[in-house]
Amino acid sequence: MTARARVGLAPYLFLLPFLVVFGVFVLAPLGESVVLSTRQMFGPGASVFVGLDNFRFLLHDPLFYKAVRNTLVFTAGSVFIQLPLALGLAMLLNRPGLRGRYVLRLVFFSPQLVGLVFLAVMTSVIFQKRTGVLNQALHALVGVSLDYPWLERQIMPTLILAALWMYVGFNMIYFLAALQNVDRELTEAASIDGAGPGRRFLAVTLPAIAPVGGFVVLLSILGSLQLFELPYILLTGSGPDNKGLTIVTYLYQSGFETGDLGYASAIGWVLAILLAALAVGQRLLAREARA
Amino acid sequence: MSGRRGRRWVHLLTYAVLAPAAVVTLVPFAWLLTSAFKAPQEFFGSMFLPRGDGFLGVAWDRLTTGNLTRLFRELSIGRAMLNSLFLSSVTSVLATLCCAAGGYALAMYRFRGRRVLTWVVLGALIVPPPLLLAPGYQVLYRLGLLDTYSGLILPAMAPAFGVFLFRQASLQSVPPQLLEAGRLDGCSEAGLFGRIALPLLRPMTGAFLLITFLGVWNNFIGPQIVLQSPEKQPLAVAIAQLKGVYYEDYGLLMAGTLVSIAPVAGLFLLLQKDFVSGLTLGAVK
Repeated sequence: MTARARVGLAPYLFLLPFLVVFGVFVLAPLGESVVLSTRQMFGPGASVFVGLDNFRFLLHDPLFYKAVRNTLVFTAGSVFIQLPLALGLAMLLNRPGLRGRYVLRLVFFSPQLVGLVFLAVMTSVIFQKRTGVLNQALHALVGVSLDYPWLERQIMPTLILAALWMYVGFNMIYFLAALQNVDRELTEAASIDGAGPGRRFLAVTLPAIAPVGGFVVLLSILGSLQLFELPYILLTGSGPDNKGLTIVTYLYQSGFETGDLGYASAIGWVLAILLAALAVGQRLLAREARA
Repeated sequence: MSGRRGRRWVHLLTYAVLAPAAVVTLVPFAWLLTSAFKAPQEFFGSMFLPRGDGFLGVAWDRLTTGNLTRLFRELSIGRAMLNSLFLSSVTSVLATLCCAAGGYALAMYRFRGRRVLTWVVLGALIVPPPLLLAPGYQVLYRLGLLDTYSGLILPAMAPAFGVFLFRQASLQSVPPQLLEAGRLDGCSEAGLFGRIALPLLRPMTGAFLLITFLGVWNNFIGPQIVLQSPEKQPLAVAIAQLKGVYYEDYGLLMAGTLVSIAPVAGLFLLLQKDFVSGLTLGAVK
């Protein structure tokens, strides 16, 4: 009993840093952002109340739709190209008796150490027309023109490729962990019963990795929808004809280049709603799949 | 018999896919490393190293450390690197301590408001960071924290994500009986946390320290918005600016990228065992 009394304030003190930071730098900005989204601002000091005009304007803003479209293209690339590759690599690495697994895992994971800013700078040099090493290699191998303008004509594929290099190994780590949940005996039993590799994958492997798989898909979607640094630095902005404009780039440009934190907040809320809808949708789908 | 031979084929096939994938992954690193030591006039002469009659058929004497000297002598990248080092180490140590303490409290104590606070942590987890950019800037402006390191460190000091991870880790690896025994021996609550819980949370603290360090090191948008003075900028912003000015000096850009990646790569290689186990801890549970 005395021990319990002495415990008293301890948990609150342990949680104090989190609570203060949460209050000042999460809760207060959230409230602030509701207020801001009803104002038009000219720099951080001057503003006028505009009610819901920011949202009204946003819904008719062709640039915003362009940003949404680009962002969704990138997200689709992440989910339908990056994740299957990550799962494939994980399954290969998970084969019993494979030598060098540890080193290979490290190799595939290593691009994750490169920050997005640095990846963007590297990509800008590699994908440069005429002088870029990619075009030089493609020219030598398959005779593609040295002047093929990746950073003007193939902006979204370039972004997807660069992200592929960076994130396949990262997601592979999660899938590798998930594959540890696959029951080896069950796989072998299925094999003895005459199930081919495709059937074994669908009937045994996939259900076993589904919980982690769903989590990885969700993380990948949420992360992709917040794409910013890679295109912003690669293209020094949003690229020719805004072909590389993403939702967060638009938010950043509105808030910190045009100086209208109000409009930026409105974009932030629409993004948050989009993210929440997708997260809820994914949960519902996952539940349905399990039932 | 045929089964064994089939298995060997599958094995070879596995390597036939994995080896090229590993090469594709490593080629950009090799290219980055060699580009950083090329003078502008050499840059397009060869894909990796200039051919010559030196050791291994490479013209080593045509490589130069000129890019690196320029970075550190003329472009004060050294200062940016110290800034990055400072921001990353201070933030990651503080965040690890605050998150470990918070998560430990949520997991190991029964106290009034615990359920609510757990929900607060879970709720904070789903707030997308871009939503906080504009209003966060406004809050920092009001607190007079713009263009200060505190304006970057304080908001990153106790992320909900970390509190949640440490809550899970504590539930998994800190036995309550051990704490109770410590209490009977007269150990203070802070002592229980520091001397019993923290060592037990070791893989998680290592991983989280590294994740946070990497995150701050590679963070661009935060310092870009909060800091204004050029001499306060960390590497991520400095290199982005370098790209804006010297966009045609590829060797210089690659040298800048190389020196920005090298320190974290070294740190990672030191701590990688912790890292991978910690990374997947949240996922497998």
